[in-house]
Amino acid sequence: MAFWFSESHTDNVKLEIMVDEQLYSQQSDYQKIDIFQSREFGRILTLDDVIVLTEKDEFIYHEMIVHPAMAVHPNVKRVLVVGAGDGGALRELSRYPHIESIDLVEIDGMLVDACRQYLPSTAVGYDDPRITVHIQDGLKFIRRLSDIYDLIIVDSTDPFGPGEVLFTKEFFGNCYKALREDGIMINQHESPFYSYEANAMKRTHRRIRESFPIHQVYQAHIPSYPSGHWLFGFNSITFDPLKDLDGERWNALGIKTRYYNTDLHVGAFYLPNYVKDMLEG
Amino acid sequence: MDQRRAPVYEALEVMRQDKLVPFDVPGHKRGRGNKELMDFLGERCMSVDVNSTKYLDSLGHPTGIIKEGEELAAEAFGAASAFFMVGGTTASIQAMIFSTVRKGEKLIVPRNVHQSIVNALVICGAVPVYINPQTSERLGIALGMSVMDVVNTIRENPDAKAVFVNNPTYYGICSNLREIVSCAHAHGMKVLCDEAHGAHFYFGRGLPVSGMAAGADMAAVSMHKSGGSLTQSSFLLCGPGVNPDHVRQMINLTQTTSASYLLISSLDISRRSLALNGEQIFEKVKQYAAYARDEISEIGDYYVYSDALINGDTIFDFDTTKLSVNTYDLGLAGIEVHDILHDEYDIQIEFGDLSNFLAYISIGDRTKNIERLIGALYEIRRRYKRPKNELPRYEYLAPQVVMTPQEAFYAEKRSLPLSEAAGHISGESLMTYPPGIPLLAPGEKITQEIVDFINSSREKGCVLTGTRDITAQTIQVMV
Repeated sequence: MAFWFSESHTDNVKLEIMVDEQLYSQQSDYQKIDIFQSREFGRILTLDDVIVLTEKDEFIYHEMIVHPAMAVHPNVKRVLVVGAGDGGALRELSRYPHIESIDLVEIDGMLVDACRQYLPSTAVGYDDPRITVHIQDGLKFIRRLSDIYDLIIVDSTDPFGPGEVLFTKEFFGNCYKALREDGIMINQHESPFYSYEANAMKRTHRRIRESFPIHQVYQAHIPSYPSGHWLFGFNSITFDPLKDLDGERWNALGIKTRYYNTDLHVGAFYLPNYVKDMLEG
Repeated sequence: MDQRRAPVYEALEVMRQDKLVPFDVPGHKRGRGNKELMDFLGERCMSVDVNSTKYLDSLGHPTGIIKEGEELAAEAFGAASAFFMVGGTTASIQAMIFSTVRKGEKLIVPRNVHQSIVNALVICGAVPVYINPQTSERLGIALGMSVMDVVNTIRENPDAKAVFVNNPTYYGICSNLREIVSCAHAHGMKVLCDEAHGAHFYFGRGLPVSGMAAGADMAAVSMHKSGGSLTQSSFLLCGPGVNPDHVRQMINLTQTTSASYLLISSLDISRRSLALNGEQIFEKVKQYAAYARDEISEIGDYYVYSDALINGDTIFDFDTTKLSVNTYDLGLAGIEVHDILHDEYDIQIEFGDLSNFLAYISIGDRTKNIERLIGALYEIRRRYKRPKNELPRYEYLAPQVVMTPQEAFYAEKRSLPLSEAAGHISGESLMTYPPGIPLLAPGEKITQEIVDFINSSREKGCVLTGTRDITAQTIQVMV
């Protein structure tokens, strides 16, 4: 039976996608998890009725949350990924042979199981033997660690559900502590367009600014997310996302991507004026 | 009785469904007359903000649902009688004191009682006899009363009418209540418990003994703290040796005749919840607190209070639901940690003094919030730790009560610089943190020793509070 999946982007705006089938629906200890089969977007993962990924456009999100940092830091050995139970970020990371180990911390074990069963195109990331999965609260995992990781990827859902702690100053501060002295933290940075996400984005930026000396924001176009205009944070202790970009080195790796390239890398950091104003405010 | 009943709540539900046409107060008439307030508080809330009627009983002279609700509460708390109180636990404390001591009669109290006790004495004219609560210099707080000190004070004041006990203190520390009760009763004195922080003792397992279980005569229980009811609601409990009709008269002296049914129903519903599920609820609270205690202890430089403090006397028992943390080794004041948590981490904790803070753990907590608190404390240590200062020393200066608090409160007073105040009688209270024990209360002689102590406390960075002059450079004295 085909029907319309509908997600409210604001009280007055909604996105509807025709779906053919609901493949999975469970309430975990943390959230409601649903997976749909749609005509236009392929399979869709939603958490608490909000789209987290679609098979059609997840490549944009996952390439952009992984490759910009990898093109800047020449020697990433240890990586921590927080959130991201779908495995998409892991899939992109697993394309780098010089990474030695990847820790994934996801609070919801049921989400991991659901994705491994119904979203093989992203969950393929779990197959890499360098990955260790920790089903745990991200803040709890990281608070005991210091000076360990070269790269931390905070692949969080909205700051209003179980992902809330991943937007707090205590979390970002503990990430700073867990990074090595030239480490990088990339975070999902919400969207500047609708006020709901924009307020979260401003608050998040303020919290990060207090913890990281270098804090730049870059953008990507993700059609299934509210407004489609989405931001990521590049936060580091020493590396500058543009001055330290080593395009030659990255291109020599021969990683085939569909969205990211080293020219787009530079362009992604050039933000519209209204976004710059918001970040500075 | 059937603890599944909640008669006040049930009657309000019936009233709501019956859609009675109101030609009585309150004038907002189920909210329709005050749209802004209704938008803010919600229709359900406004529709039960009603007045005492024949059907809804009256708090001052209960004969129906309120009487029944109070009887259920008495049974649930193991008391002979219980009163719904709508003026906060302050009103419960006043009623305990008014019911027990009259003008000129003596009440034995630990020196670290809440300001509301001294205020009640101002109103009724009774005479306080203070007991030195022992203090911990390392923690910078007042502890419980030593049984020996209580025994001696009772012997020295055989005409005292009652002994007042904090059960527990703000930080969760309990005196040997059973022993104090048996000693007081042997001398014909009543025992009054301030249980502003002890409502859960009546329902949880493995917690310190409650006032009623220990045989105390009256207890003022803040249901709105650990019990889950609305702010300003409280229970006053009485044992079998107390005449409830006399207590009701004393309550009615100062209690409103327009008691809020929001507050009363919140007490009724919360009592039902605790009577039915209190044991599991407080087991969960204990687990949260134990988890936070272990994790915070592991950070380093935070000393989290635990039952390891118990010493058989001045710390006879410890309330393990309390997350009291000493910050001395961190080199930060508890109040600084309180402020950093609020300003930088969006976390509000209950209280901070010079060397401790208290994070209140309750029924309403969630694991992720506890993780946030722990994570923030790691960060505060990483970012702000500094060398520790010398511990402020504290020495108990026994007060010399010259006039009752009532006489002193209403007397003519003038302001004097502290340096010239020795020999005069104080017209106001003065307290130092740490350890949160008054140095002076109205009616007490200001000695040179006290003046010197105040000056040296100030130099060491202690906080002085209570005086009209917030800098405590001058003090009100009797003319």
